[in-house]
Amino acid sequence: MFLETKNLTKKFGGNTAVNNVDFTIEQGKINAIIGPNGAGKSTFFNLVSGFHPPTSGQVIFKGKDITHLPSNKIAELGVARTFQTTNLFDQATVLDNVIVGHRLRTKSNLLDAILRTKRLKQEEKQCRDKAIEVLEFVGLTDVAYKLAGSLSQEEKKRVAFALGLATSPEIIFLDEPAAGVNPDETEGLAELMEKMVRNGITVCLIEHKMSMIMKLADKIMVLSYGEKIAEGTPEEIQNNEAVIKAYLGGSAIA
Amino acid sequence: MANLLKQRNVIAVLILFAIVFPFITNNNYLIHIMTLAFIWIIAVYGLNLLAGYTGYLSLAHAGFFAIGAYSLALLTTKAQMNYWLAFVLALIITSVLGLLIGLISLRTKEHFFAIYTLCVGYIIYLVIDKWDSLTGGVRGLIGIPSPGNIGPIEFNTPVSNYYLVLFFLLFTILVVYRIVHSLSGRTYIAIRNSEDLAQTIGINTTRNKLVVFVISTFFAGLAGALYASFIRFIGPDIGYITITFDLLTYLIVGGIGTLSGPVIGTILLVWVSQQLQFLQDYRMMIFGPILTLLVIFYPRGISGGFIDFRAKRKEKKQNQSNLNQNQQMISAQETSAASNKNG
Ligand SMILES: Nc1ncnc2c1ncn2[C@@H]1O[C@H](COP(=O)(O)OP(=O)(O)OP(=O)(O)O)[C@@H](O)[C@H]1O
Ligand SMILES: [Mg+2]
Repeated sequence: MFLETKNLTKKFGGNTAVNNVDFTIEQGKINAIIGPNGAGKSTFFNLVSGFHPPTSGQVIFKGKDITHLPSNKIAELGVARTFQTTNLFDQATVLDNVIVGHRLRTKSNLLDAILRTKRLKQEEKQCRDKAIEVLEFVGLTDVAYKLAGSLSQEEKKRVAFALGLATSPEIIFLDEPAAGVNPDETEGLAELMEKMVRNGITVCLIEHKMSMIMKLADKIMVLSYGEKIAEGTPEEIQNNEAVIKAYLGGSAIA
Repeated sequence: MANLLKQRNVIAVLILFAIVFPFITNNNYLIHIMTLAFIWIIAVYGLNLLAGYTGYLSLAHAGFFAIGAYSLALLTTKAQMNYWLAFVLALIITSVLGLLIGLISLRTKEHFFAIYTLCVGYIIYLVIDKWDSLTGGVRGLIGIPSPGNIGPIEFNTPVSNYYLVLFFLLFTILVVYRIVHSLSGRTYIAIRNSEDLAQTIGINTTRNKLVVFVISTFFAGLAGALYASFIRFIGPDIGYITITFDLLTYLIVGGIGTLSGPVIGTILLVWVSQQLQFLQDYRMMIFGPILTLLVIFYPRGISGGFIDFRAKRKEKKQNQSNLNQNQQMISAQETSAASNKNG
């Protein structure tokens, strides 16, 4: 089992955002989570990535219980994520935004910085090389020296991917990677996710764009009011009664 | 590369100017003012690392400045300790208190952090003001010795003190420069940009913030210790909130989150307020509006405004050259296509 959740539950006061969710993410596949607004998808990500502590339940990654680890430790284990809203540092270049992504794989500390040690120089190069590598991977080499603030929405999404990839993850969680992006660009982002999988990175994404999900995903989980109402291949999901009901007669599933 | 060299030259010229300044003026009063400005700059650099680069605005900064000053004063006068030993101890005391206070106050964020540290700063002031038996209360402490001799060098003239403080200032700038331009610096900037994002890319934000907090108090303490032995008299008002706001004003005018900001802002404002001394407290009627306008139009101060201006220009140039390159490529392709056709 690569990554799995057991009875995962999160309550915000009286509001149960995620309710008893069992889910297994398959390695080397594109896993998707769908569901209406407020279904608890982002909250599910927040629980898995250690961003919020769950009220109850467990998250297990490669056989290790990571439920109560802080998010930076979970990132170190190889779990990356992006946020629904991309928050880049607009006044810095794209490259500078991404370089820090590899920081977690380095050891140099403040003393190295003050004394400018060999280790620091080596690790700075390592981070820069990694940033250049992932920017090439996501197809942003051309804009590496542009200010992040001057990029298009789609390019910003790619930078967010690159930042996640710079952490050298085994799995990446993408929260609505194609939101606010036109259909052509969506196609490009979907290809990028397939490329990640080909390179051995497991993908788990949240998305509202059904046509994209149905083409892209190997496995889908549907959340509604915090509960898992279905799980399966795109075909199974498309024909699932409960899912069709949750989406108001299925008009959203094209 | 040419740019870097230019920047190096500017720095070299500035340092040279700082070194020859006492000979140019030969005016002890101006040397005194400049030495004081240098001391403030050291403190402002500490504030800049925390507020400017990490995004945590501490309003307890003058409190730590006072802790450094009082530690040195008490150790040299009441405990009769060797000056440099007291100096080192003063820095350690300030940093350790910084660590303890940081541990607690960093549980808060954003404006709560600012308000919390404002209270901490005020408490430090009150302790100094009310602990009569130790600190001398409102009467303050007098008879603080000048910095002890280092070998044959004595520090009992304004000029020698000027150089001593200049040395510590250059040390501060070097350390801050190296921190900012390292992976640690990038880490702090990532925290300032978005703590949530920083955490998800594996940064231990709690530990990093604490480290920066301690460094910032270290520099406040360093400035305070230098101040005590330079002025040789201290009272509780050096820990008062107005000092924090002075430092913050220097930082904002010069450019928060920039490397040259502390120098530019502090020297400019210290100099301007000297010129406007005759206006007394009415100076604020001039400073207030200027500061407001600056914050609105140049949130990153004089230095930040300049950097943004340069970055924009550079980007424009780069776009232009990219465009040219593309055109060249296209025309090259066209010619090769044409030659292919011919061939
Ligand atoms: N930090 C929080 N504090 C309190 N309530 C929260 C918090 N985060 C989410 N919620 C609540 O949990 C529920 C699920 O929210 P969540 O953001 O996970 O939904 P979502 O499925 O991602 O929706 P969307 O498609 O709109 O992004 C909502 O009712 C939301 O108001
Ligand atoms: Mg969401």
